[in-house]
Amino acid sequence: MTKRYTKDHEWVELSGDIATVGISTYAAEQLGDVVYAELPAVGKSFKQGDDMAVVESAKTASDVYAPISGEVVESNSEISGENWPIINEAPQAGGWFVKLKVADKSELDGLMDEAAYADYVKGL
Amino acid sequence: MSDAEPKKLPLDAIWRARTSKFGDFAGYDMPLQFEGLIPEHNWTRQHAGLFDVSHMGPSFFALPKGHGLEGDEAHKKVASLIERLVPADIQGLKPGQVRYTMITNEDGGVLDDLMIARPAEPAAAGDLYIVVNAGCKHQDWALIEEATKGEANLVRADDRCLLALQGPTAHVAAAAVIDPALGDMNFMTVKRYDAFGRITVTRSGYTGEDGYEILVRAEHATDLANALLAHAEVKPIGLGARDSLRLEAGLCLYGHDLDPTTSPIEADLAWTIQKRRREAKDFPGAKRILREYELGAPRKRVGIRPNDRAPAREGVEIFKDGKKVGVVTSGGFSPILNAPISMGYVDAAFAEPGTGLELMIRGQARAATVVPLPFVPHRYFRPKKGA
Repeated sequence: MTKRYTKDHEWVELSGDIATVGISTYAAEQLGDVVYAELPAVGKSFKQGDDMAVVESAKTASDVYAPISGEVVESNSEISGENWPIINEAPQAGGWFVKLKVADKSELDGLMDEAAYADYVKGL
Repeated sequence: MSDAEPKKLPLDAIWRARTSKFGDFAGYDMPLQFEGLIPEHNWTRQHAGLFDVSHMGPSFFALPKGHGLEGDEAHKKVASLIERLVPADIQGLKPGQVRYTMITNEDGGVLDDLMIARPAEPAAAGDLYIVVNAGCKHQDWALIEEATKGEANLVRADDRCLLALQGPTAHVAAAAVIDPALGDMNFMTVKRYDAFGRITVTRSGYTGEDGYEILVRAEHATDLANALLAHAEVKPIGLGARDSLRLEAGLCLYGHDLDPTTSPIEADLAWTIQKRRREAKDFPGAKRILREYELGAPRKRVGIRPNDRAPAREGVEIFKDGKKVGVVTSGGFSPILNAPISMGYVDAAFAEPGTGLELMIRGQARAATVVPLPFVPHRYFRPKKGA
């Protein structure tokens, strides 16, 4: 499956009706070494654009928004187990944040694909 | 202030070649980060970091030419003028001594914190070297001129470069690149050297480490910076790590941990007000400051360690048993402790180390503990006795 990206640098990848969500490589690089992250509990529901998680580097605290509406069915135990470096090492793979059960897949249509996101980042 | 583009540092090209991460700070386009905040922080604690702090306000304050005074007499005269604005004993400085102090207002609040030095050279008797904060320099210089009009001259030196070299091997690099004599300077002293033009060097800094601040004319600054950066112990460090280093060292950042409502006593800076001034009671805000000195201040700056991993940053409210008792003024992550750290002001009743508090972070109360400052011990250079 391919990833879609938000302007706030979250990515989402859909498999069936489960969306895996994380922050982009660009976001992880901008943030620097992650020193703290807070993930939502399983069972919590979010609308697209809601504050969903917090990630902090030595430099700053950043909100992570839900790139798509859904209910949390799993959170990454690496991150809740305080293995925060995984967010810097593999932000778009092992450093995923949560899996959401998605109701409306059409919300993805408003997000950028890989090429559009690469262009967007270049312009920042 | 204007909306003008931030000013470029004289050494802009040197930093630009090493990083693209810049940001506007006090009207200057400053390098924020090179290798990464945490590696830069750790490098400075283990080796030597080079910081460009040319945005700050170095200046010379001098009796008018032909003042006819010499030595201690000339110094006492110029010092008495600046003492109209600060509560430190400046008259008592020995030649070559540097002192940390603050400009206070009539309400006993702090308008800026600064360093004042008495030059070591006899020919400079009647001069003071004064370094103020970037964001306050126009205010400070105006205040100094207004309070001393016609009696002394203030000469800005912020067209020069101010470089801070900080860390346990700063003396090795400074001795190799500038002059072996730099290794023998005591902490909180100043001396001029005929190298890279004529430079003014203080053994001081704001990281908790040994080190130097070097005032160099812009035309020689590139050579000096390049020579230091070529030394194996030296790496460039951005403003980001400067902030985490001073926080670990428990040092105040003006505009955050100090402001016009905060008294030096609340800020736990009573040690900066020497006995002669406390007895003379002749500085701005003396009434409040001395009352708090005697009876204690209603609130106090403290170190705070969150009990879990969530950093508590500036603005986080502090509670005790559900009642608000203070606010965080600086907070972040300590690379050395590998843990979050904060400074803040709390009601005096809750300022004892060991006191349990709650930090309200994103609507959730989290347990924290008052700890002594600094978080990481200072390692300033003191000469070995009888060596």
